[in-house]
Amino acid sequence: MISASLSMLPAAIINGLMYGAIYALVALGLTLIYGVLHIINFAHGAMLMLALYAAFFLFHLFSIDPYFSILIVTPCAGIFGYIIYRYGIGPLAKGKDQNILLITLGLSIIIENSALFFFSGDQQTVNLSYGFEAFDLGFMYLSYPKVISFFAALFMCAVLWAAMSLTDMGRAIRAVAKERQGARLVGINVEHIFAVTFGIGIACLGAAGCMMLPIFYVDPYTGNIFVLVAFTIVVLGGMGSVVGALVGGFIIGITESVGGLLLGESLGQIGISLIFILILIFRPTGLFGSKV
Amino acid sequence: MMSNFRSHLSFLLLGALGLIILPYFITSRFYIDVLTLIFFTAYLGQSWNILGGYAGQFSFGGVMFFGTGAYVSSILLTTFGFPPIFGIFLAILGGAILGLIVGYMSFRSGLRGSYFALITLAFAELLRVLANSVEFTGGGVGLFLTYAPGLSNLQFESPVGFYYFALILMFISIAIVYWLESSRFGAQLVAIRENEDAAEALGIDTLRCKIYAIMIMGAMGGAAGTFYSQKYLYLDPPIAYSIHLSVEMLLVTIVGGMGTIFGPLVGAFVLHTVNEIARHFIDTPGLSLIVYGLILIIIIGYLPNGLIGAFKKKEKKSESSSLDKNQSREEP
Amino acid sequence: MLSVNNLTKRFGGLLAVSSVDLEVKEKEIVSLIGPNGAGKTTLFAMVAGFLKADEGEINFEKASVVGLKPHQICQLGMVRTFQITQPFAGLTTLQNIMVGAYSNTAQTDSAKKKAEEVAEVVGMTSLLSQGADGLTVAGRKRLELARALATDPKLLLLDEVMAGLNPAEIDDIVTVIKGIRDRGVTIFLIEHVMKAVMNLSDRTYVLNDGKLIASGTPSSVAENPQVIEAYLGHGAAEAMAEGA
Repeated sequence: MISASLSMLPAAIINGLMYGAIYALVALGLTLIYGVLHIINFAHGAMLMLALYAAFFLFHLFSIDPYFSILIVTPCAGIFGYIIYRYGIGPLAKGKDQNILLITLGLSIIIENSALFFFSGDQQTVNLSYGFEAFDLGFMYLSYPKVISFFAALFMCAVLWAAMSLTDMGRAIRAVAKERQGARLVGINVEHIFAVTFGIGIACLGAAGCMMLPIFYVDPYTGNIFVLVAFTIVVLGGMGSVVGALVGGFIIGITESVGGLLLGESLGQIGISLIFILILIFRPTGLFGSKV
Repeated sequence: MMSNFRSHLSFLLLGALGLIILPYFITSRFYIDVLTLIFFTAYLGQSWNILGGYAGQFSFGGVMFFGTGAYVSSILLTTFGFPPIFGIFLAILGGAILGLIVGYMSFRSGLRGSYFALITLAFAELLRVLANSVEFTGGGVGLFLTYAPGLSNLQFESPVGFYYFALILMFISIAIVYWLESSRFGAQLVAIRENEDAAEALGIDTLRCKIYAIMIMGAMGGAAGTFYSQKYLYLDPPIAYSIHLSVEMLLVTIVGGMGTIFGPLVGAFVLHTVNEIARHFIDTPGLSLIVYGLILIIIIGYLPNGLIGAFKKKEKKSESSSLDKNQSREEP
Repeated sequence: MLSVNNLTKRFGGLLAVSSVDLEVKEKEIVSLIGPNGAGKTTLFAMVAGFLKADEGEINFEKASVVGLKPHQICQLGMVRTFQITQPFAGLTTLQNIMVGAYSNTAQTDSAKKKAEEVAEVVGMTSLLSQGADGLTVAGRKRLELARALATDPKLLLLDEVMAGLNPAEIDDIVTVIKGIRDRGVTIFLIEHVMKAVMNLSDRTYVLNDGKLIASGTPSSVAENPQVIEAYLGHGAAEAMAEGA
């Protein structure tokens, strides 16, 4: 039994890495928002679920390949994020930490149940023509979508990193993250930057949703699964740390698949919440406790 | 504030009496059930209120005490035939111990605000996974309790029995918070909520107070678990540790008014009424929760002190305009 | 009553407080002065248990308080106020002061009585039912003082209770502080308002860049060239001496 598990270990690790890259992208959005705005977006999972549905309907209604949908869903998600922060969350929260948490909680309830109301509770998946083709690695088969998603997610992370370090907007965002009063004084519209950052964070979810759909499923509760996953990655990597989000994503992806292999389907899920609790209690700054 | 409350005492007793005799006038099973649910949610909301509303520590995983209490008394009943009328006390103890563990671990490491909220969510999730994975909880299949009405089983043939069960729980919770309002412990919790450093500087053992508060919350949640499992006779991990119940207890309290005696009851009443009305028109899953979410956002954005706070403010305004400033503010 | 030996605190590479020795005797009013950033508040924070010292001893009534939590130190009879006032904003003045009073009694009635007495001492009786968030700066400074006093301390650590007050308000609070001392409470205070320091203190310590540079009676300290330099910049002492 154990030896059988061990022989599957490399496959579990590689599977974990594949999902880990997407988790990293999800967490990157969350950590960026935290790093700049110092708020916790509890609706992160629910918004990811929306992105998954967007990709699903683009495929279902217009036969658009989810990987192509990245080009559509990502900017739409960004705009959605900008608007919802600028005209919703920001003004309502009045700058109080716990208010934001509760407002985004309310938002996640609304999103989740609207999905239930409009899309029903059924699980939806997409069948891609190449969905069952796979690379033969000798000890395992790795499906095309997993590989494509993996590289697409890494590519998106790289794009985001480059945008943050090379563009004017990226510089403005980092300026606001470091010193919001100072940024305000030199004429940066801080509220606008906040909303842009929130938008970028949600755009990450847009892309992640498209990449996740071919290798996962979507239903109104999908978001719940990823809320804790995303938070765990972020606290593991250190709130606001980009490198941390990447490494954390991989660690959590692997923990999940290896945990599932060694502890069984049910108990395997324990890893996420356990890591979350232990990190918060013993090392609240995370493994890479640096700022954006 | 207190004298204001005391002068309303007779009015309150009258209200309590009304609730006690109400079942003699309501024959509809439906209304009895709705009222039972309102009391039950108000009770759970009150448990959240002690830690969240008074001590200012918001939890997103309040359901864990409920679920743990439910498992304690149910397992004792199914495995050892231990009667729930005693089992409920062990459920209370179990909830309090869980509160001690979670509180000690989180508060000792200085977790506050959003971090505390999230770690309680993670604890609830951890317990859900554990309950799903071990044998003695019945795992994913769940636990089925036998229907055997009788006081020792805390099961009742008529829904009115559960009405009174929930009503008693709610009365107890109100009594606890009433005591809190006029006691040193309550003042210390409020001080912690308002400014933790200042509270510590003024000699309050903030860690101990917060742990006591979460233990009270845990104990109350434990009893709620026994109530639930004896009423519905079934328990599985998604029910026992559902995030929706965690949300509901904070929702009713925030809507009604955090840190007030009647906030949870007002919130539970309003939300359940809204729920029933919404269901009356469109009976589709999700709709009432959409409304809940909207209400939560509106309350946070516009009525941070909840419905009771909004009402009080109005009262205060009209009071101060009609009274001379130096005059003492005695209620007629 | 309070003695501090070799107290040191580093933040990264910066020595915020460096080998400080000082002593406060019973019934004294001792002040701690120095330019901004000299380490005064850091020193208070360590004495009151809010910050861990890197080195050194802090003894209160001959027993070490190092490692104790602020609430334990408060229960021993040493209580601090905050430079940036920290009122319980959602509560009334009375409720604020009662929180302090509760440290010695569990009875609501006696806490209330104590709070009213203390309010009388600091001159806040007319503000008792007012919300703390509506108080003026002077009111909040008094509230800090009142809350601390309500814990029945033996030693009060006052961190700039006069900052931001106008001259009349300062005169008022100086009278209040003297009154508190006359009731048997020892006082150790950080202050910038020199007139008040001269008027109030029996002895003064001067802190600059984390080090004690002078101590003694207020007037002797005020004439100390090192102190003048610390306050007015290099060469100031000579300039003043020449001018005189």
